[in-house]
Amino acid sequence: MGIDIQQAQKNVPEDFPGQVIPAGNGGNIVVTSFDKIINWSRSNSLWPLTFGTSCCAIEMRQTGAARHDWSRFGFEVARATPRQADMIVIAGTIVNKMAPVLRRLYEQIADPKYVVAMGACAISGGPFFYNSYSVVKGADHIIPVDVYVPGCPPRPEALLYGIMQLQKKIRASSMKDESKSLEEFDKGL
Amino acid sequence: MDSEALKKQIAGWEPTTEFVEEGSQYLNAIVSPPQLKALALKLREDEATHFNFMFSLTCVDYPEHMMMVYHLRSLNHKHEMVLKVKIDDRENPVVDTLCDIWRTAEYLEREVYDLFGVKFNNHPDLRRILLDDDWKGYPLRKDYVDPINIVSY
Amino acid sequence: MEAVKEKSDLKTQEYFVNMGPQHPSTHGVLRLVLGLDGEIITKVEPHIGYIHRSIEKMCEHDNYRQIVHLTDRMDYLSSHMNNEAVCLAVENALEIEVSDRVKVIRTIFSELTRLASHQLWWGVMGMDLGALTAFLYGFRDREMINDIFEETCGARLTMNYNVPGGVMFDLHPNFQQRVKDFVIHFKSKLPEYDLLLSDNVIFRERTVGVGTLSKEDVISYGITGPTARGSGVSCDIRKLHPYSAYDRVEFKEILMEDGDSFSRYKARILEMWESLHIIEQLIDNIPEGDIQAPTKALIKLPKGEFFQSVETARGELGVYIVSEGGKSPYRMKFRSPGFSNLFVLEHMAKGSKIADLVAMMSTIDLVVPDIDR
Repeated sequence: MGIDIQQAQKNVPEDFPGQVIPAGNGGNIVVTSFDKIINWSRSNSLWPLTFGTSCCAIEMRQTGAARHDWSRFGFEVARATPRQADMIVIAGTIVNKMAPVLRRLYEQIADPKYVVAMGACAISGGPFFYNSYSVVKGADHIIPVDVYVPGCPPRPEALLYGIMQLQKKIRASSMKDESKSLEEFDKGL
Repeated sequence: MDSEALKKQIAGWEPTTEFVEEGSQYLNAIVSPPQLKALALKLREDEATHFNFMFSLTCVDYPEHMMMVYHLRSLNHKHEMVLKVKIDDRENPVVDTLCDIWRTAEYLEREVYDLFGVKFNNHPDLRRILLDDDWKGYPLRKDYVDPINIVSY
Repeated sequence: MEAVKEKSDLKTQEYFVNMGPQHPSTHGVLRLVLGLDGEIITKVEPHIGYIHRSIEKMCEHDNYRQIVHLTDRMDYLSSHMNNEAVCLAVENALEIEVSDRVKVIRTIFSELTRLASHQLWWGVMGMDLGALTAFLYGFRDREMINDIFEETCGARLTMNYNVPGGVMFDLHPNFQQRVKDFVIHFKSKLPEYDLLLSDNVIFRERTVGVGTLSKEDVISYGITGPTARGSGVSCDIRKLHPYSAYDRVEFKEILMEDGDSFSRYKARILEMWESLHIIEQLIDNIPEGDIQAPTKALIKLPKGEFFQSVETARGELGVYIVSEGGKSPYRMKFRSPGFSNLFVLEHMAKGSKIADLVAMMSTIDLVVPDIDR
């Protein structure tokens, strides 16, 4: 007797973090760690906030359209309200007038939240770095950024790669890490 | 109407108008601020000129004066001209509003006020439009100083 | 409204609702402060400036070749036409004659850009009114145009292909065949657009009779583009002051009579057919010639003032250069179509409901970085 674990794993997807052991009465026992299962489920279901200010917004929407479909990766539902979203993709230039709005949106998203800076303008001010009196030179002056995707505008494939890097980052995190607060981010600036 | 006829017509209404034609593809008529409103009204109302479409309104900052530039087009007669107003007082530029003649001027004048500081008499709602309400200074003026952002050679 | 007040004894109070800078109609960062009496709109006040990138001030420090790169990002859906406006202004000032090949290439690219912009507009209009399928159809067809651009120019959206004096690279050898294939393919898809939205009962109920603009309002508010042509005002710059190769192709200027949202919608759909017609006339005989006329590396314009208008997908874009003879302009002003088109919203929307406001905003076709520059 005994349960053949190798046989039992054949129906489980490869990237599933853990082992699935049939318990004999039709149910299953899943053996894993909290970190692994929580990170796996978080990374595969990140809902972005529809936040696009300028040209990169078009490439972001092109990523959501039929050819480069981002809902294959789990970002199926792009929410309009920050209370229901998990991450912001900052697509476009941030100017002085818009900066408080971005800050407020970020604060309204519930933890755990992630930020992807898409395009040269969100990374460092982009083509508007010199001689512009109203552009914030990089969105990371306002909120902490996790992944930077360069380009002007970046191709949809580049944005997908950036979001896959974010997924990798989430899978490597742990519940033991203390989440950084915004006050610490402000001081470190 | 061609440039010569336009020149005669406008000089008939406002004899002190200065006409400039070289350096530009249109006829430029330069007046002083008190003469602006009456001339603009006649340019729109008169059947022969009938400039009913203003397609550009802006301001240019020169060292000694400011120049308001209005580009006018007539959709019926298909001619175009430029009306300019020379404001000599750079510290406190004031000119009449044209928003009761062409409705598009209302917001274009707000933009000029925001970026240059030119005030418009009888404007219904003169406040900043593109910048924050508490921004100090008028950025598009040539003497606007911003040591952090603007690189000067 | 008066009849309703008489019937009930309830007192209503005007309240203000913010359609904030971040909202899912995703035309960009536009903030509308609505004064509402129940569901009826009494006041619409647009607040702009949330994407004001001070392009005009930056132009005073850049030379003319660098300015062309910046104009891509103003109205990014007609990026090729923005570049063309500045290049034409510089070429007219320096009296440079570009070759026929360049003129035809510029016209074909302009019409392809106009098609791409209208496809995106159509998809987003469907999405605003709740029909999400339209979004996917519009973007699917747009991908084919993006591929054509990418092969020749290297970029999909902000192409930066025009230079003063010509274009940057020669056409890719596949260009003609791909454009012909695209035209045939899109001609079979465009009737689907009519089937999906134009003949749809719900769409018609939401757009016919909504947001009517009279001819006098259009002229007084300075509105251009398909928004004006939907009310019957003839203002197409391609007919008024033809530039590039528009004087040698035959196309109709689409004028509609009613002036409501459905007319503006229909004007854009018919403009897509006209764009296809223009491309068909030009694609078979692209003349041979130079890609760039000889120009200096550092361009200096003579002293004077120069104005050039082009017809972008949204209306008339004007470029006004005041030059004192140096390598940068003394003052550069962009007459943006969106700025004039936006502020008619209050006039149109008074007395209608919020859902109608969304339909009206879609048919004005705003791109907010174009308004703020």
